[in-house]
Amino acid sequence: MTKRLLTAALLLSVSAIPAFAAKASLVVGMPIEPPGLDPTVAAPVAIREVTWVNLYEGLVRIDRTGKVQPLLAKSWEIAPDGLTYTFRLQEGVKFHDGSTFDSADVKFAFDRARDPKSTNAQKQIFAPIASIETPDPATVVIKLKEPSGNFLYYLGWGDAVIVAPETAATNAANPVGTGPFKFKSWSRGDRVELTKNPDYWQKDKVKLESVTFRFISDAQAQVAALKAGDVDAFPNLGAPELFAEFQKDKRFKAVAGNTEGETVAGMNNAKKPFDDVRVRRALMHAVDRKALIEGAYSGFGQPIGSFFSPNNPAFVDTTNVIPYDVEKAKALLKEAGYGNGLSITIKSPQMAYASRSAELLSAMMAEVGVDLKIIPTEFPAKWIEEVFKNKDYDVTIVSHTEPLDIDIFARDSYYFNYKNDKFKALIADAAKTTDEKARFAKYTEAQKILAEDVPALFLFQLPKLGVWNAKVQGLWENSPIPSNDVTEVSWTE
Amino acid sequence: MTKRSRIPLNSALVVGGILTALLIVTALVSLLWTPEVPTRVRVALRLKGPGEVGLLGTDHFGRDVASLLMVGAWNSLAIAWPAVLLGAAIGTAIGCAAAAWKGLADEIAMRVSDVVFAFPAVLSAIMIGALLGSGPLAAILAIAVFNIPVFARVTRGVALQVWTLDYIAAARAIGKHPLRITWEDVMPNIAGALIVQVTIQLALAILTEAGLSYLGLGVRPPNPSWGRMLSDAQTYLSQAPHLAIAPGIAIALSVLGLNLLGDGLRDALDPTLKGRGATA
Repeated sequence: MTKRLLTAALLLSVSAIPAFAAKASLVVGMPIEPPGLDPTVAAPVAIREVTWVNLYEGLVRIDRTGKVQPLLAKSWEIAPDGLTYTFRLQEGVKFHDGSTFDSADVKFAFDRARDPKSTNAQKQIFAPIASIETPDPATVVIKLKEPSGNFLYYLGWGDAVIVAPETAATNAANPVGTGPFKFKSWSRGDRVELTKNPDYWQKDKVKLESVTFRFISDAQAQVAALKAGDVDAFPNLGAPELFAEFQKDKRFKAVAGNTEGETVAGMNNAKKPFDDVRVRRALMHAVDRKALIEGAYSGFGQPIGSFFSPNNPAFVDTTNVIPYDVEKAKALLKEAGYGNGLSITIKSPQMAYASRSAELLSAMMAEVGVDLKIIPTEFPAKWIEEVFKNKDYDVTIVSHTEPLDIDIFARDSYYFNYKNDKFKALIADAAKTTDEKARFAKYTEAQKILAEDVPALFLFQLPKLGVWNAKVQGLWENSPIPSNDVTEVSWTE
Repeated sequence: MTKRSRIPLNSALVVGGILTALLIVTALVSLLWTPEVPTRVRVALRLKGPGEVGLLGTDHFGRDVASLLMVGAWNSLAIAWPAVLLGAAIGTAIGCAAAAWKGLADEIAMRVSDVVFAFPAVLSAIMIGALLGSGPLAAILAIAVFNIPVFARVTRGVALQVWTLDYIAAARAIGKHPLRITWEDVMPNIAGALIVQVTIQLALAILTEAGLSYLGLGVRPPNPSWGRMLSDAQTYLSQAPHLAIAPGIAIALSVLGLNLLGDGLRDALDPTLKGRGATA
């Protein structure tokens, strides 16, 4: 009897501990581990999902609805000619190492990012900059060479966060920013831990004491971790077929939101046979997008015919430009000289959406006489090396989650090896256009060019299937920019 | 050596033989015929139960599970057989050499075996996969590598016993070369033990292949494999349990069949175990 009472007391006390301790800490699950923690030197989205606005801050930020909001810049003025941006900075802001943030840091960060030797993944953000002046510690004046319609918006990205000259070189392993959380530890292959920054300039707004990002690639393990309470939130669940279970479970909140992620099967446009537009069109005709979404993502996700997010106001539906048509695909292949078959490979990352899509694509290609061999390729490290850097591939598949990134098809060195001068000129023109209506019209035209030229197989918009503890509030339901912004997260009760 | 006109039957031999024959026949038939094209995707028919569409239902892409299982049987054997035979050939050669020359050669061979034996097949498959790129070849080599020490040890053990027999001593006395003795006198005496070991190792190889494919290191998608079918099935367990049960049973029955066959063969080939032929 006493034993039983003791056990009961013990159980009660054990179960009581997490109820108190969990209130100010959050464990966020992510499918992919970032290769480093500096978003200004490398492309992987996982870097931003850990660090953006949690660790590092930019002059402005993108909010959960996709709008630009002030951050380290409390206000700004844009000269009528659109060429001069004057930012007034927050004062009293300190980096995590105790040094003071001022205009010199802004100049340093942007000069570093636009340096020819910089490995910043979005150099187009800084390309229009002519000069950066710092008349006083709280003012930055940026002069542009030409107007840039998206300049302010781009400054909200992870690639444009402000880093300090003293710590920039070591940020990848030991990140130092101005954000509400500072770096505590990183157990490779397992987790990154952040703790509250006691000197944060808006510390009253932040409720959490600590945040842990755990990396779990296996979908089954993600679900197990959520159910066991090891992870409080999985903003991007890997297995859509398990999502329905959480929708029924009252302990969890399951939200099917949208992302800016266009899932595309990129082709090596410089390589035979992909240099022939007839082949690219044939492969696009071979894809049944609806079936692909059903099979790869349990029906979540929207078909796309070009490289533009349906959330963007300039979006046009181009899925009918090259619709699913097996006969047409065969005819085009024959015309291009591949009537007797074609053997190509697809380098497929391990993420469920990618590997499943690759398997479905392989089956669809077989129907038109194309042998599409799957080569599993680990993401991000191996994929970045082989596909992104060395362009050693035929076809690959990945979701591009940066918003408004149609210009990647206008970049010479991008992994698609796609060169279309007309498209390039149009994108350059659109970027310079400050009038919104005129800019949208140009983006519409750009979408149509890609839809017809198919430098990549345009498949579907990646949904954001988020699952978290029902008591957690403040997480983003949609992903207007890839992030796990936890600055407004708190526990109810 | 006494020659027997026929192998005495026992129940393990019969059941194991039937299950193994079933596996081999299924694998061979899949080369000529399957109910559906196994890689054909029919998304409209996805996740149908057994009987609803096809004998064993459909998977998450609407592929026919029965057809996938049949081709999976072939892929499973196509990796297991060459792997075990390769391992057996090298391992037997090492074991015979160790028994014939003993001494330092024996010592080195056995210690190296111990080292190789210490690596699990999955680990060596990952290493070989890193060198050659993961795929069927890496799987075959990995399973072969882990079979070498097994056969080396078994061969050495039985061969050493044979080497102590009088007629071998006689053969050595007349100056017969150890290689010829091994080939003409030792091998026929240890063949039975080796065949038994091959069946047991085949069962293990099928299991290992399933494990490797489960981890994505075996047969490449979309080519069907039991291990990957299991791995694909796990997230659909609550919606479509047949997707896990079907390959699970296929693997279990194949391994059981080969193990029973191995046991049965051992009993049949070694009469002393049964006690009825103690004087033979």
